This record gives sequence, C-alpha cells and structure tokens, in this order.
Amino acid sequence: MFVLVVGGGKVGYYLAKELIESGHEVALMEKDRSRARQIAEEIGSIVIAHDGCEGKYLAQAGSNRADVVAAVTGDDEDNLVICQMAKHHFDVPRTIARVNNPKNEALFRHLGVDELISPTRMILGSIEQDIPVHELLHLAALGEGELELIEAHLQSGSPAIGRAPKDLSIPDGCSLFAVIRDGVATPLRPDTVMLEGDKVIAIGKQECQDLLHEQLIGEPEEAHAG
Amino acid sequence: MKIVIVGCGRVGASLAEVYDTAGHEVIVVDSVTSAFDRLPSTFGGSAIRGDGTDEDVLRRAGADGADVFLALTEGDNRNVMAAQLANEALGAGRVIAKINDPVRATAYAELGIATLCRTGLMMDAVAEYLGLPKTDLPGMLAPTGHHPGGHHDDAGLRTTPLPLPNSLGGAAVASSASPASPSSVSSAVPASQPTATQEV
Repeated sequence: MFVLVVGGGKVGYYLAKELIESGHEVALMEKDRSRARQIAEEIGSIVIAHDGCEGKYLAQAGSNRADVVAAVTGDDEDNLVICQMAKHHFDVPRTIARVNNPKNEALFRHLGVDELISPTRMILGSIEQDIPVHELLHLAALGEGELELIEAHLQSGSPAIGRAPKDLSIPDGCSLFAVIRDGVATPLRPDTVMLEGDKVIAIGKQECQDLLHEQLIGEPEEAHAG
Repeated sequence: MKIVIVGCGRVGASLAEVYDTAGHEVIVVDSVTSAFDRLPSTFGGSAIRGDGTDEDVLRRAGADGADVFLALTEGDNRNVMAAQLANEALGAGRVIAKINDPVRATAYAELGIATLCRTGLMMDAVAEYLGLPKTDLPGMLAPTGHHPGGHHDDAGLRTTPLPLPNSLGGAAVASSASPASPSSVSSAVPASQPTATQEV
C-alpha cells in the first residue's frame, strides 16, 4: 500500500517508520525543513519538506495514487483540510485524521473524514474507567466510527433499576446486549431485570446516545460535579 | 444583519467598521486581544477573544444563526474550519473563507463555501494595471457544490458533543476584550445569554 503521512512530529515519524518496516510504500510530508532533514537522515529520502496542506505539494507527493492519507499534525484544522483535500480533490479512498479536541470529532465525521483518532478521548476513556461517572462510557468505536460500544453503570437514581429492557424505550438502531453483574457478564434478555450496580453494555449509533442516557443513567443532574 | 468576522486583521477590522457604521450587528472574533486595537474607538459591535475554530467559542460569541460569516484569519485552514463550522453547526447564512492557496480555494468552493483567494485577486489586479493577460486563478468564488458528507448526512451534524467529564468538558475559552481595547468594545457574552454549563 502507498501511505501518505502528513506531519512529521513524533506520531508521524514513528508511523512512517513502522509502515516502512511492514513493507509499505510511504511518503512523509513535514513543512519544517530542519525537522524534515532530521527525519530523512534516519529513515531515508521519503520525506517531502513541504506543507501538506498546500494543494500543489499534496499533488507533488503523489496523493492522487495514495491508498491512505494519514493526517497526524498537531493542529486539528490542518488535519481536517488535509483529509478533505485528499478525499475530495485527490480521490484518496481512505483518510485518517488525528483529532486533538474531542469536540471536533462530530464535525470531522460529518465532513467525510473516514477515520478519527483522538488521543485525548482515548486517555479520557481510560481515566473514566477508574472513576465513578454519571455518564455513558465509550468503550470503542466500531465500523467506521458510526457505531459505539457503550457501557452504562446503573447507579441509584437510574430509571432502569428494577426494570427490564422490554420496559424501556430503547432507541432504534441501538441494542442492549450484555450485563456485567459482580464481575460476571451475561446476555441481557428482554426480560432480564436490571439492578443497581449493573453495568449494561450497549451498541448503537451516536444519535441514540441522548435517549440511551435518559433511559439508563437518568437526567443529567450531576452536570456540575466538576 | 448579524455579521460575524473571525480574524481582526486589516481586512477584518475594516469590514467590521464599515458594517457597524452601516447599522449591522457585528461580532468580531480574534485569538489575540491586541488585534482589536485595529477597531475604531467608535466601534459599537462585540469583540470577542477566542479561537474561531472552536464551536463553543463561536456559540458563546453569539455566532449562532449569523446572516453573514467571514473567516479572515491568516491561516487558510483555520478559515476553512471556522467556515465549515458556521455552515454545518451554526446555521450561518452566507459564509466566506479567505483561502490564499488557489488549489484549496477552488476545492472548497466545490465543497460548498464561498472562497476569497488573495493570490488570484492580486495577480489579476497587477495584470490589469500592466495590461497583461489575467491568470486563470480563482479570486472570489461562489460555492458551486456541497460537501458529500460523511456516513450520516441525513442525521445532520450532532451539535451536542459526546459527553466528556464535567471537569474537562465545559471549560470556557472565550473571554472579553481587555478593557484596554477601544472603550466601546462590548463584553464577550451578553449578560442575558446562558452559558453552556447552565443547561442543567
């Protein structure tokens, strides 16, 4: 595969290096000349010392024949533009963007970026697993980011306690499929009564989350906890 | 009309002054407070310090439902992103992004935003003065298409972000222009406007 990596920071550098080791064809664009030279000395002449946001240089780098473009600079707006240009102007089949501000994820997805990697959200997710939260916990994004694997920890006040899935209005396109009770995971059936302390695992589209939150967590009364 | 201008450089500040004088509601956003020094002391609109590519900042600034949204910072990509936020999330009417790279300027006009390319405009102005042939580079381009969108066009853009821990999710970024700015520069957020953290 031919992979065009834009952004020669730590992420771009190690990404390019790993890809080369796995036998892929790689081009790395880094606009800072001295940084570009430094990387070129280490991993060879695949480095293009130009701004990957600039249409002219994206063309020069061969983006029209790239299988994948990975935009991994430290700036969200740059990563968005790189992916949009790659996708819509150079017909690159697969675009991947690093997203630093998790709030930009929705916009990026909406505008057609194929895959989003948000280090901020990953770390948040990891932290959230250790602290009690009154929110839905995002375990993973599935498919091309359309579906999310979600965990809801039923705490006192949850409207789902003492009820079964068949008694709740579960949004369309969303499925509650397992419950973790005392560390044991069992399938969640339509008539399984949920108890306080249960962790309910659901899979569903992003749009379902508000309704799911209402059904499993309750109204967001704790929003001022911070 | 409600007119939002992101980027208070020479062009942004001059347009702000003109529209303010003409009686429009003008909101200027810039990440650097000193940029507002370019506004005249008579400026009666709002000057908000903050990142114009941050949806929260734009909302707090009152950019929701702007009739006109101009992204005029020095960064092509910042302008692209601000303009697309305005288009997709803030329901802005007419949106223009300054994009000096001709390739990007053309590409984004095809993706649904009006673009303004200084490179083309200036080259043509020079050519015209010298009586030489004009370039075929874009100047001011009207949108010719719409972005094809991601996987869920029908659902539209989720404007409510996915939940974040409260300690991290609700941080305010916008702040008012410093008192050192022209005296008539109003504060960042109208007092009556609820902040995002008051939704509960």
